[in-house]
Amino acid sequence: MTPLILTLCLLASLASCRREQRQLRHSPQASTRTGGIVRDAELQPGQPWPEVTVRNVSEERAWDLNEGQRLYRAYNCNGCHANGGGGMGPALMDESWIYGSHPENIHDVIVEGRPNGMPSFGGKIPDYQIWEITAYVRSMSGLVPKLAATGRTDHMQTKISEQSKKEEK
Amino acid sequence: MTSSSYQDALHPAGPYANTIVGVWWFYLIVCTIVFVAVWIALFIAIRRARRRVEPDTLAPRAPRAMMLALAATTGLLLAMLVSSIAGARALSPQGKAVTREIQVTGHQWWWDIQYLDERSDHIAQTANELHVPVGERVRIILASSDVIHSFWVPNLHGKRDLIPGQKSIFVIQADKAGLYRAQCAEFCGLQHAKMAFIVIAEPKHDFEQWLATMRASAAQPKTADEQRGQQVFLSTSCGMCHAIKGTSAGSRVGPDLTHVGSRRTLGAAVIPNNRGNLSGWIADAGGVKPGVLMPPNPLDPDDLHALVAYLESLK
Repeated sequence: MTPLILTLCLLASLASCRREQRQLRHSPQASTRTGGIVRDAELQPGQPWPEVTVRNVSEERAWDLNEGQRLYRAYNCNGCHANGGGGMGPALMDESWIYGSHPENIHDVIVEGRPNGMPSFGGKIPDYQIWEITAYVRSMSGLVPKLAATGRTDHMQTKISEQSKKEEK
Repeated sequence: MTSSSYQDALHPAGPYANTIVGVWWFYLIVCTIVFVAVWIALFIAIRRARRRVEPDTLAPRAPRAMMLALAATTGLLLAMLVSSIAGARALSPQGKAVTREIQVTGHQWWWDIQYLDERSDHIAQTANELHVPVGERVRIILASSDVIHSFWVPNLHGKRDLIPGQKSIFVIQADKAGLYRAQCAEFCGLQHAKMAFIVIAEPKHDFEQWLATMRASAAQPKTADEQRGQQVFLSTSCGMCHAIKGTSAGSRVGPDLTHVGSRRTLGAAVIPNNRGNLSGWIADAGGVKPGVLMPPNPLDPDDLHALVAYLESLK
């Protein structure tokens, strides 16, 4: 009986392994990408493209989510989107998504930019950082695993933490 | 760069480090004498106790010696206390007129250094290289942008912490011209050990000349290579974090690069600033400093050479 419980405990601990993963050195390949990865329009010539779904591992890593939060300020995302509540740009912490809520959609918005003010960051910032920001943006709507989401911010508390956020869809 | 007193608290180069080293030597001498005296007294006591077979009484046999030891202990402790208080008074920044104010902000893992004028306006900015005029008191205003760091130039002064959300002030003075290495002295994360800077104490004339250069905007690119380098700087990721005064790059996330070509070191006094190191640093800063916040920048080799040529021209 005891070995079984121990094995189960070990297996359970494996489930949360990714939370503490930190990638401190990134390969040059992880830095480059200038174009988006999904088709935005449903109307396509010829055979339709297969649908792309992406699993963003940054969402499962606490360090990456924290880096996303830091970069969100460093690259002045908060200049337009404030702390997620929106301002000049749309709110990010609510349930409405103009260009889709999936990681690949948010990634492409950051890479390509969007009309009426959203700049294109493709080629300006490394691709792995875009994935980190994507993960943080989704965490504002409670769309990332609670285990990895930020429990508190380093700054003055202006909203409930990403960890306590209910899922918005 | 590697003279014997490059980073050495026992070779003071200014009055404050002198005070500290004075107190240090005084403490060391007193403690050494007391240490030796106690051991000698202990050995004498043991030898005498062996000769005597039966102690007839437990009362102290030599009240005079006891009184002497007590008086010596009290006297020495008082002397140490007085020297410590006098030292701290001499080091206090209060009531000291200064000729210049410099604001030093600690970041993970580099130092942002800004020179202020008489009206506390920021007039020049550099990183990881603190120039001070010889023989003048300079007020250092310390702040931190993330975690607690500590400013420590052993040849000039003791340590002073940089605390987030708080400004701390202290005064330094260098009397000997020279190059002194300084080190972050409070564990601040992965690359704490590689968070250093250099202090350059130079005659007033040289200092003023240097400051005038720092105040100016960046040099315009002259050769075709440098012009292409500037284009690379402004069109790729560099300008997202760094600023070059006189161009459209104005971000304050990373060190200011307006006069990066004139700096002696890279990566917070970790590697000498030369063409090879600069190229390597741009391509993969994490190779030198794992965990550094600067991402790898896979550039076309020709673009990288042009960029390095441009940055080197920013004297």
